[in-house]
Amino acid sequence: METVNIKINGADIAAPKGSTILEAARLAHIDIPTLCFLKEINEIGACRICVVEVKGARSLVASCVYPVNEGMEIWTNTPKVLDSRKRTLELILSDHDKKCLSCVRSGNCELQTLSKAFGIEDDSKFKGEENHFEVDYSAAHMYRDNNKCILCRRCTAVCEKTQAVGVIGPNERGFKTMIGSAFDMGLGETSCVSCGQCIAVCPTGALTEKDMTKEVFAAIADPKKHVIVQTAPSVRAGLGEEFGYPIGTNVEGKMVAALRHLGFDKVFDTDFAADLTIMEEAHEFLDRVQNGGVLPLITSCSPGWVKYCEHYFPDMTENLSSCKSPQQMFGATAKSYYAEKMGIDPKDIYMVSIMPCTAKKFEIGRDDQDATGFADVDAALTVRELGRMIEKAGINFLSLPDEEFDSPLGMSTGASVIFGATGGVMEAALRTAVETLTGEELPSLDFTEVRGTKGIKEATYNVAGMDVKVAVASGLSNAKELLTKVKNGEADYHFIEIMGCPGGCVNGGGMPQVPGNVRNYTDVRALRAKVLYDLDSSMPMRKSHENPAIKELYDNFLGKPGSHKAHELLHTTYVKRTVN
Amino acid sequence: MSSKNKTVPFAGTKEQEAELQNVILKHKDEKGALMPILQEAQNIYGYLPIEVQTIISNEMDIPLEKIYGVVTFYSQFSLNPKGKYKISVCLGTACYVKGSGDIYNKLMELLHIEGGECTPDGKYSLEACRCIGACGLAPVLTVNEDVYGRLKVDEIAGIIEKYK
Repeated sequence: METVNIKINGADIAAPKGSTILEAARLAHIDIPTLCFLKEINEIGACRICVVEVKGARSLVASCVYPVNEGMEIWTNTPKVLDSRKRTLELILSDHDKKCLSCVRSGNCELQTLSKAFGIEDDSKFKGEENHFEVDYSAAHMYRDNNKCILCRRCTAVCEKTQAVGVIGPNERGFKTMIGSAFDMGLGETSCVSCGQCIAVCPTGALTEKDMTKEVFAAIADPKKHVIVQTAPSVRAGLGEEFGYPIGTNVEGKMVAALRHLGFDKVFDTDFAADLTIMEEAHEFLDRVQNGGVLPLITSCSPGWVKYCEHYFPDMTENLSSCKSPQQMFGATAKSYYAEKMGIDPKDIYMVSIMPCTAKKFEIGRDDQDATGFADVDAALTVRELGRMIEKAGINFLSLPDEEFDSPLGMSTGASVIFGATGGVMEAALRTAVETLTGEELPSLDFTEVRGTKGIKEATYNVAGMDVKVAVASGLSNAKELLTKVKNGEADYHFIEIMGCPGGCVNGGGMPQVPGNVRNYTDVRALRAKVLYDLDSSMPMRKSHENPAIKELYDNFLGKPGSHKAHELLHTTYVKRTVN
Repeated sequence: MSSKNKTVPFAGTKEQEAELQNVILKHKDEKGALMPILQEAQNIYGYLPIEVQTIISNEMDIPLEKIYGVVTFYSQFSLNPKGKYKISVCLGTACYVKGSGDIYNKLMELLHIEGGECTPDGKYSLEACRCIGACGLAPVLTVNEDVYGRLKVDEIAGIIEKYK
């Protein structure tokens, strides 16, 4: 690696050529504070928090975008630098709604953290005109409070670049600048796909999921309601972060215990429904291959991706698997099979899901997601909301003993737990599809080619004499790239897995927010995904079709995968939408 | 912002759209094509309503919001057409101290539009302008080519009446 010799605060550093001052400073054990900067997503040097002095430079420079040069001398903590950073913060605060006590981000707000670090004595030092914006509640999954927005543009960058959606951006100019949508449409009127990546990157409380915890607390307190909860695979890999555990800690046992303490009547696992999804989807895939159905088959587990497809690739909705997502399959099964088995009227069942996802809040209100006559799922909470519930209820998460899921809808396999990572659904489906097709046991269950956080992955597997071409994409800009190839006839796959969020659900818009200064130097996706793959490899059952609870469900209730009853309960339809 | 409330129905023609498509074709592969396209589109239509921005968005594969962001950033672009009668109120220093701000407000009140907008019947548009060099007549407004000076707020209704 070619290096250049520089001095930072008097110390000699050999920094990689082409690196920024910010990166080089880390080699010298100096964390320069940042605010707008998000590695590879928002590198615009706009907020001026990261300024440093460079010998010979006309003014302070933004270290996040300023490349190092041979012989450069840099100072990161002179009074001039520290005063400038503090002044910048004071100016940001002069037009910021400072209701920290009632702000959902209080305690993990990046602006608050910096204010503390820089010793802001007077948060209203620069009094003057203030913007007053209406809060946008139009979307099903979130709301935007521009009064707390600091115009860092992380959200607009992730929406446009990472997700290829671009329904939010800076409008107007100067003091009137605001983040909004075209022609001041509410977010709910646009082709926003509800992925929530904007919330995940927001440093303040400007972007927040619509909180459903009150409704859930009320349902739990209602003696007439049988309240059950399901938790998605990724939740166990992220919830710990809300309580100070390092990124990549598996807290499945404590999570189950906490849910039981909260008063849920049954604590079940979405993983069960993920196994069920594999049964239905593998069947659908084999059926399409053998009977000349529409190919490639594309997975439909990710509601952000599904909505994206409907808006941006409406002529490909027939490629989408008709399978409902695991969340919805779980709800439909709970309100039919489970209700029957337990002798409970489905109208008395209140189904809560804990999801790493905000699009799940949109999904529960979609058409054709109420096979039993009642909504499959009544409330979809993010991991953050569950964290707040546990905290509010005074449950000491750290000291909880591990507990296990209830049966029968708590039983799952290794195939289902990897649903949370990009490539996981494909791998799980292959395990079942290959064994179903060949009738033989696979020598190895690891389809490593489809693992890892790369945006687009491809592989070809020879199954019973046929070359099966598969592709996996996560993050919607990658999905766009892949599908454009398919559309233009440059690629011909049989089966494609697409997840709306980069890295899959482990990096979903409903997972705990990771501050920029951690995110920029940590592969959050890989750390959380490892939890799931470790779980998979340690589980006694690793194939969906071997799950005894699933076998029982088919034997006693559904019949066979793809049966009429299965279709009624577990499959859905899509609509074609326009782009706004 | 009030731009979405007071829109004049879009009356673009097939010819205008064909012209716009040509403009897009001409610039499509250039770097920074959006600005010249928007400028020429405004020359064709007189303004840049959602219908025009949507055509550009679809053809260029640029999100509508991004285009709207550019249009609202530069004051040279307008989201609203000019009316049959274009009313400009001078908010230059001399006119302003002589009370042209009150005159501007009165016009907004009488026409039920904000500055920069056009009445839904396409008749009147209202805008603020800077010094037109008639400071001796302050406060001043113009309706198309006609100049009105030494104005008082209660004269405004009468002036609008003349342009029915």
